[in-house]
Amino acid sequence: MKIAVCVKEVPDPTAEKRIDPDTKRLVRSGENTLNRYDRHAIEEAVRLREGAAPGAEIAVVLVAPASASRTVDKALAQGGDRSVHLADDGLSGSDIVATSRALAAVLARDSYDLIVFGQQGSDAECYVMASAVAERLARPCVTQVAALALDGSSLKVKRQVETGYETLEVSLPAVISVSDAINEPRYPSLPAIMGAKRKPHEVLSLADVGLAAGDVGVDGSRTHVSALSKPPTRGDSVKLEDDGTAAEKILAFLVERKVVA
Amino acid sequence: MEIAPPTELSQIRESVRALCAAFPGRYWRDLEPSRYPAEFVAALTRDGWLGALIPERYGGAGLSLTAASVVVEEINASGCNAGACHAQMYTMGTILRHGSEAQKERYLPPIASGELRLQAFGVTEPGAGSDTTSITTTATRTASGYVVHGQKIWTSRAEHSDLMLLLARTTPRDEVARKTEGLSTFLVDMKAARTAGTMTIRPIATMMNHATTEVFLDGVELAADALVGEEGDGFRYILDGMNAERVLIAAECVGDGRWFTQKAAAYASERVVFGRPIGANQGVQFPIAAAYAQVEAADLMRYRAAALFDQGRPCGPEAGMAKLLASEAAWAAANTCVDAHGGFGFAQEYDVERKFRETRLYKVAPVSNNLVLAYLGQHVLGMPRSY
Ligand SMILES: Cc1cc2nc3c(=O)[nH]c(=O)nc-3n(C[C@H](O)[C@H](O)[C@H](O)COP(=O)(O)OP(=O)(O)OC[C@H]3O[C@@H](n4cnc5c(N)ncnc54)[C@H](O)[C@@H]3O)c2cc1C
Repeated sequence: MKIAVCVKEVPDPTAEKRIDPDTKRLVRSGENTLNRYDRHAIEEAVRLREGAAPGAEIAVVLVAPASASRTVDKALAQGGDRSVHLADDGLSGSDIVATSRALAAVLARDSYDLIVFGQQGSDAECYVMASAVAERLARPCVTQVAALALDGSSLKVKRQVETGYETLEVSLPAVISVSDAINEPRYPSLPAIMGAKRKPHEVLSLADVGLAAGDVGVDGSRTHVSALSKPPTRGDSVKLEDDGTAAEKILAFLVERKVVA
Repeated sequence: MEIAPPTELSQIRESVRALCAAFPGRYWRDLEPSRYPAEFVAALTRDGWLGALIPERYGGAGLSLTAASVVVEEINASGCNAGACHAQMYTMGTILRHGSEAQKERYLPPIASGELRLQAFGVTEPGAGSDTTSITTTATRTASGYVVHGQKIWTSRAEHSDLMLLLARTTPRDEVARKTEGLSTFLVDMKAARTAGTMTIRPIATMMNHATTEVFLDGVELAADALVGEEGDGFRYILDGMNAERVLIAAECVGDGRWFTQKAAAYASERVVFGRPIGANQGVQFPIAAAYAQVEAADLMRYRAAALFDQGRPCGPEAGMAKLLASEAAWAAANTCVDAHGGFGFAQEYDVERKFRETRLYKVAPVSNNLVLAYLGQHVLGMPRSY
């Protein structure tokens, strides 16, 4: 079985997010790291390899600047067998439309049985990349997978929805995104951290995946950010300083709104 | 000074922190006064952390001392205690640097995997602490090897170790030109010696949980190949191993210092007395900030010593200063933390008093800070010998 786990490099989530007023893009010049939601995706792939799909090969796939080696190493230490990294200056400024085109082009070079995404990027919080890539590859897609079991050539999945869980079956090859409740990712051991550098790293350019400069980057994008503003502060919020009666006040507030009886 | 941590440093920190999170304060409190943290050591072993400094060709991770020091720093910064097992990381250095190829192939891979524990280091004796060359334990040549008589004290983790690195006199002191000569290092199979009834280990109750002991050697028989390196050169080997040990201890102290300052700062920001957080008073805030500055400064010396060591350059003064400065900084931070906590600093459930007891050791062991000063005064500053 061949599994691809798509991972994203994001700004260190402990640092404050900043928008460059000129480019209107997120500032990514600080410390960058592996998107924490993707750790659940890698972990789930590793669990498949340890369980129902022994010998499965896990490729870590990413579209990121050439400097993303720390992210690649982390993903491989976590359990990936090799990395496929599309790094090209022409990708800068890509939106979801352009990035999904680039990712799909990288993924199409190989015949993956399963393509796994994390549920969202901790930077842009869009939740849609799995669906966009699945659409481009014309594969079935299930998002927010909270549990999965491999059954021959199909996957039985539990999907988290607002009202509960949906139980679905999807035939492979397929694309899924996993929720952050699906597992508790393990932290790598020292040999795994040190071994990551010895795993095969494939670095590709746009030309290698058959894309032209205009297909991606700003030119290949379909969204244009015209202005940015902070969300208005909510005028009706009440701030309580706890003088020992806060719990009672909160309860009264909830009772008044009939949230609790 | 350039400190460029390699990519894996951040991963090492993350992984060690995650491992330590499974061993919170309650775990350590429940071990008191004297139970060994076997589960913690087993987890570190499982994930390969104790083989950090062993080269990859012998089954270890081949980390630099800089990176390995981050492991013990994070352990102590997480509220855990690396003292339970740090010696498994560095005691093997004597075999690595001075042992024969046969010894390396025989011992290093099982030490790297944790199958064999080499974390007992028998140097100090009741009559010879700081004055190491005055030890009276002897190893006398026999037809098949050596026989050892004597007593060691403060031999930590002896009950939790398979092997001991032992320093013994092989040529009487009055037969050598200098007292640093005639000492040799041996790798002692403790299980065999205990089974033969020639080695007795007695735990010493101490103010912190450290599994330290006294060891009686009454005719311990050693094969000739238990000798590490050349006979008579042992003191040099021990000195040479001390630099790595001191850098690691310095890193542990930096970790302790971080734990104390963070704990103190958090408590001082929360605890309200006279209608405001106690940390709003400079009398509370400044000692914490000052301890923080002391810890950060010591940390620079620790990285400098580690970098010199990793480049294979002399680092005796720097390693000594790192240990000196870091142990003093950790102690300052410990006291500040107790002060900031007021009465709660003495309550076991806050862990402050436990860490306070644990970090106090490093001003005294593995070498007393006075002796570091004596070394700097004489060998770096050229003043008369003071000891
Ligand atoms: C918990 C614990 C664990 C230990 N683990 C180990 C271990 O695993 N293996 C091992 O071999 N040893 C171990 N030690 C021993 C430790 O290294 C020694 O305690 C230390 O080196 C000091 O020796 P001492 O206790 O004999 O003190 P002493 O040498 O008697 O010194 C007592 C005091 O006098 C000072 N002093 C002595 N001479 C001078 C001088 N000329 N000038 C100025 N000051 C001086 C010292 O600095 C110290 O403050 C451990 C000790 C402890 C407490």
